[in-house]
Amino acid sequence: MIRTQALTKRFGSILAVDHVDLDVRPGDRYGLLGPNGSGKTTVVRLLLGLIFATSGTCEVLGQAMPRNARRVLPDVGAVVEAPAAYPHLSGRTNLALLDASGPGGPRRTRRARIDEMLTRVGLGGIDNRPIRAYSLGMRQRLGLAAALLHHPRLLILDEPTNGLDPRGIRDVRDLLIELNSGGVTIFVSSHLLAEVEQLCTRVGVMDDGRLVLQEDLATLRVPTGHIAVTTPDGDAAVALLDGRIADRDGMRLVVRGSDVPELNALLVRANIRIDEIVAQRRTLEDVVLDVTGSGADRVDAG
Amino acid sequence: MIRVELAKLIRRPRVWVAIVLLCLLPVIVAIFIASTRIVPPPGQGGAFLSAVLSNGLLYPAAAMAIVVPLFLPVAVAVLAGDAVAGEATTGTLRYLLIRPVGRSRLLVAKLVALTAFVLAAIVAVLATSFVTGKVLFPSGAAGQSAVTSLSGTTLTGSQIVLRLVASLAFITISMLGVAAIAVFLSTVTTSPLGATLGALAVLVASELLVTLGAASSIAPYLPTRYWLAWVDFFRQPILWRDIVRGVGIQAAYVVVFLGAAWANFMTKDVTS
Repeated sequence: MIRTQALTKRFGSILAVDHVDLDVRPGDRYGLLGPNGSGKTTVVRLLLGLIFATSGTCEVLGQAMPRNARRVLPDVGAVVEAPAAYPHLSGRTNLALLDASGPGGPRRTRRARIDEMLTRVGLGGIDNRPIRAYSLGMRQRLGLAAALLHHPRLLILDEPTNGLDPRGIRDVRDLLIELNSGGVTIFVSSHLLAEVEQLCTRVGVMDDGRLVLQEDLATLRVPTGHIAVTTPDGDAAVALLDGRIADRDGMRLVVRGSDVPELNALLVRANIRIDEIVAQRRTLEDVVLDVTGSGADRVDAG
Repeated sequence: MIRVELAKLIRRPRVWVAIVLLCLLPVIVAIFIASTRIVPPPGQGGAFLSAVLSNGLLYPAAAMAIVVPLFLPVAVAVLAGDAVAGEATTGTLRYLLIRPVGRSRLLVAKLVALTAFVLAAIVAVLATSFVTGKVLFPSGAAGQSAVTSLSGTTLTGSQIVLRLVASLAFITISMLGVAAIAVFLSTVTTSPLGATLGALAVLVASELLVTLGAASSIAPYLPTRYWLAWVDFFRQPILWRDIVRGVGIQAAYVVVFLGAAWANFMTKDVTS
């Protein structure tokens, strides 16, 4: 769906994107992660033909961008950075104007299509108040409705949950997963790890303009070789497992080893009661912090 | 896309405020002249103003002479400066481009909408000043359908209509010169105000240099030099020399600056 090769963008002396090789496959829910200022938004703009690459190639839906923008973009829906609309007009009017601006938006079905999408993003009952009076969450939902208006095959969303409350975040995630199961490939960029961890099947991690990691989420979240045990009989467990304890914090023990059933049986045989026993996996946070620097908004003293 | 731009134009409050203000100015001037009966002597002040006391039918032409040198270009510069930079500021430019709307198409649609605005503004000023002239000034000795030209001979009704239409076209082309400069600046900066002020600075400088004798060698190439040449449509016979030069100069400005605007916009990184 998206394939870039050595994609590079230089703004003056700043190398914003440096030899990025993205590979997003059909049906993926792809999360592009990275600290602020690592080049995620620049990549999104390059994919959409809003800015032009300094070097390297970029293919979206199997066709070179930005050369084939006219053929590619009608099948792509996107929210770039923040949603935007004419502040003095209503949400419906904004969608109608956008729909009328480009191809594939017949006038006859316009009202029905707009109503359908507004309902889908949870703005079905919206009145005629101007965008000026919308909350940030409402604007975000409207932006999503605009991106979905032409039933795209690929959805590119830059920080889609910005400004949404927990309920809104849940709504959007459910909607994206539903769209994805209907065949839409989803590409989100975000710095919210938890968000990506819950939504995506595949992640890319950017740091300082480079793509430092690209992998299936399941592969990344490998067991750490530790098992976390919560037990009220902590002292007994420590005595039993002498030498295998990596860490202890009250009732919570971290035990070396990867065989959970074996450890469980061992503890039960010694009459040690167990609240919880689970193999530790690397969190996305561990993975990302491992491969990224401090981000552009942190300025440490040299 | 052109229809969408026109719809946006109609829905903008500032467009209507601009047109109302443009119409209001000649009305205020007319009220002062009608109540004091003091007009600039012939040859000074606004063209036609000295004649309106004896013939109210000339007032639309007088009104045009009032708004064309400053107020109409200011309104045009405000809207044209907003054309691309305004979309960039609201962030809607990127959504239009990924809709997708071709960059050239967007520029063309913006220009068509600007032209529509200029035409609508001129027609509105002509209509209100025609009514104003009828109400506040006498209709002239020769009757309803006749007007005296600047050269003293009488123009018939159909001649007047033809010449008004010709003036309308000439003024529109003149304003497109301003629009082209402002649209070009609008593709350079993301600040609509900056683009507008830049275009106005060019106009003010041009108006200054036109009146400056020492700069007479470049005067024929300044954008505002022939702005009032449409007055020559109301001479008998029509004095074509300045009209033709005016059209030529404006065409040159339009081609050069729109070309620059297009070249710049086509290759521009949209980072707003």
